[in-house]
Amino acid sequence: MTDPLLDKGQDGAQDWAIETIGMTRSFGDFVAVDKLDLRIPHKTIYGFLGPNGCGKSTSMRLITGLLTPSAGRVRVLGMDIPEQAELLRRRLGYMTQKFSLYDDLTVQENLRFMAQIYNLESRSVKQLIDSQLSRYQLNERKTRLAGALSGGQRQRLALAAATLHQPELLILDEPTSAVDPENRRDFWEKLFDLCDGGTTILVSTHYMDEAERCHGLAIMEGGVKRADGSPAQLMRELGAKVVEIDGENLRLLKQQLGELPEVVSTAQQGTHLRVLITEAINDPENWLRTFHPALVANRQIHSVRPSLEDVFVHCTGSNAIGQGARQ
Amino acid sequence: MNAFSQSLQRIGAIVFKELRQLTRDRPTFGMIVMVPLIQLLLFGFAINTNVRDLPVGVVDLSHTQTARALISDLAATQVVSFTETYQTPRQAEDAIRRGHVHAVLIIPEDIGQRLQDQRPIAQWLIDGSDTMVSNALLALQQMPFASGFEAQPIARKNTFEIALFFNPERRSAINIVPGLVAIVLTMTMVMFTSAALVRERERGNLELLITTPVRSSEIMIGKIVPYIFVGLIQVSIILGLGHVIFDVPINGRLDQLVLGVFAFISASLTLGLLVSTIAKTQLQAMQLTVFLLIPSILLSGFMFPYEGMPEAAQWIAEALPATHFIRMVRAIVLRGATLEDLQPDLWWLIGFTILGVIAAASRFKKRLD
Repeated sequence: MTDPLLDKGQDGAQDWAIETIGMTRSFGDFVAVDKLDLRIPHKTIYGFLGPNGCGKSTSMRLITGLLTPSAGRVRVLGMDIPEQAELLRRRLGYMTQKFSLYDDLTVQENLRFMAQIYNLESRSVKQLIDSQLSRYQLNERKTRLAGALSGGQRQRLALAAATLHQPELLILDEPTSAVDPENRRDFWEKLFDLCDGGTTILVSTHYMDEAERCHGLAIMEGGVKRADGSPAQLMRELGAKVVEIDGENLRLLKQQLGELPEVVSTAQQGTHLRVLITEAINDPENWLRTFHPALVANRQIHSVRPSLEDVFVHCTGSNAIGQGARQ
Repeated sequence: MNAFSQSLQRIGAIVFKELRQLTRDRPTFGMIVMVPLIQLLLFGFAINTNVRDLPVGVVDLSHTQTARALISDLAATQVVSFTETYQTPRQAEDAIRRGHVHAVLIIPEDIGQRLQDQRPIAQWLIDGSDTMVSNALLALQQMPFASGFEAQPIARKNTFEIALFFNPERRSAINIVPGLVAIVLTMTMVMFTSAALVRERERGNLELLITTPVRSSEIMIGKIVPYIFVGLIQVSIILGLGHVIFDVPINGRLDQLVLGVFAFISASLTLGLLVSTIAKTQLQAMQLTVFLLIPSILLSGFMFPYEGMPEAAQWIAEALPATHFIRMVRAIVLRGATLEDLQPDLWWLIGFTILGVIAAASRFKKRLD
């Protein structure tokens, strides 16, 4: 897979779909988003990955102009935000974390309402709604009340409504948090279709598998960007090595390994322990066998490819070293 | 631990949880203190069936010492206060229809002769629509009066003749039904609009709506318009049934009535919008509505005559749209007045609506901060 983030390089003349420089927003003493720099290319899916309360939603609201930044600059589709937020509205589709269409209107009525709000040409609206209904598999449920839909159907309806006016930029705030894995996969297929059609998509998530699907990714924590890049690049440049250790008494081993300064983190995964060891150690297996033979006696050790979760663990929490992997 | 003490422990857990939540819900906590306080003051002020200092007018056709003595005797009762003077009985009737005064004393040219003949010496023209007001004036009917020249007060059946306008049978329904229009509209219009907007915010619809090209003024207008029709339906029900069941006359012109109702509905809906920009939840919107409703019932003149209230209560009453509308609707429905006669109240409602919409739209930003 080509990597759009790398392909486009970082020349200053680049026209970004979203560009923020030092974007900051505080509520009283609490800094929700702290000096966030983002450059998101056109026609890509860009993800915000982070725990709840890390500033994902606030960042999205700053980018859509729903909130005014306390400091910094925000440019979206070539427009200054929040000054030109009203102009952006017609070119932006936004899906809130909570289902925000009307529960007491039917699927069709909801779509018609949104079409009118966006002043879509009334002659083509019927066709447009029909094509959205079939694209998002809602045809059989078009006369159902939105409140009576399942989580997955509701999500598809919200996406159908958000893309009705064919926005250039689609912002999705944790779109799949209430959706089962199968529906989630379907949902992402739709996002790739939209992206192929030329839409730039900004999506927030706390699922690793979803984050891995994004072209570009920013790992956020406490309002700060800990790392960014493509998932492949982030994993490549992890800055730590990963081994898996088998055997009995993994709880005790986890505790003992955790006390070593070279060990970044440990996590039990079924019958083995996944251990992140700092890059300074060249050959982790050898290092463990040589310096801590008692701990790993009679245990198998495998070096494995880092996952995105390893990246996430490595650059958040107490492991956050400086500014993270990319810097 | 036996079953009983276990049960007590569980009840205790719920009690303390409830108290803790109560102290954290500021508006509700405030209501605990404010409701008895405000109710006490409102009722204490408003419930005053002893009407005093009713503004009345006088037409003195005799220009005699006796007439002046009569006027000063009446003023001394403190029931009435002569605020206007008219030249002819026709002007006086006009002033009553417009609602400037509740009653006018007509003193005939031959007051001296009447005094001698032991006939009623003067006539009261009374707006009978408010029975509490007319009762206070009727009590004056047998007031003893002597011009000062007689040796002793002359035994006379009635000092005054009385003409009760608009409600000769003195039925209270006549006054209550049109006033009820104001109360019902205040209740429903304020509640509907405030709840409608707060509901969108609570359910998250608003977060989506404000990312679309729709303007806040467009949301406001779109939210108000449907309820104008709801209000007109309610008015038709109240006045229609009032006419059929309680025989309440509709003396005024229908177009004047509809225009007046329209002005009041707009003002009430605006009030609802203002509430919705303050309330965070539907429950709070409901509480605030009740908060506005109670003075609208007690101070607006719906239950107790406006004139009987102390000045402070009158000031509060003047700030409520219901007070202005009750004056208008009674004038139009019962006394056949036109909006031209009621300009101050009409302009007040229009001004309130315009300022209110501006205030609500500026408080309701298309932003979340």
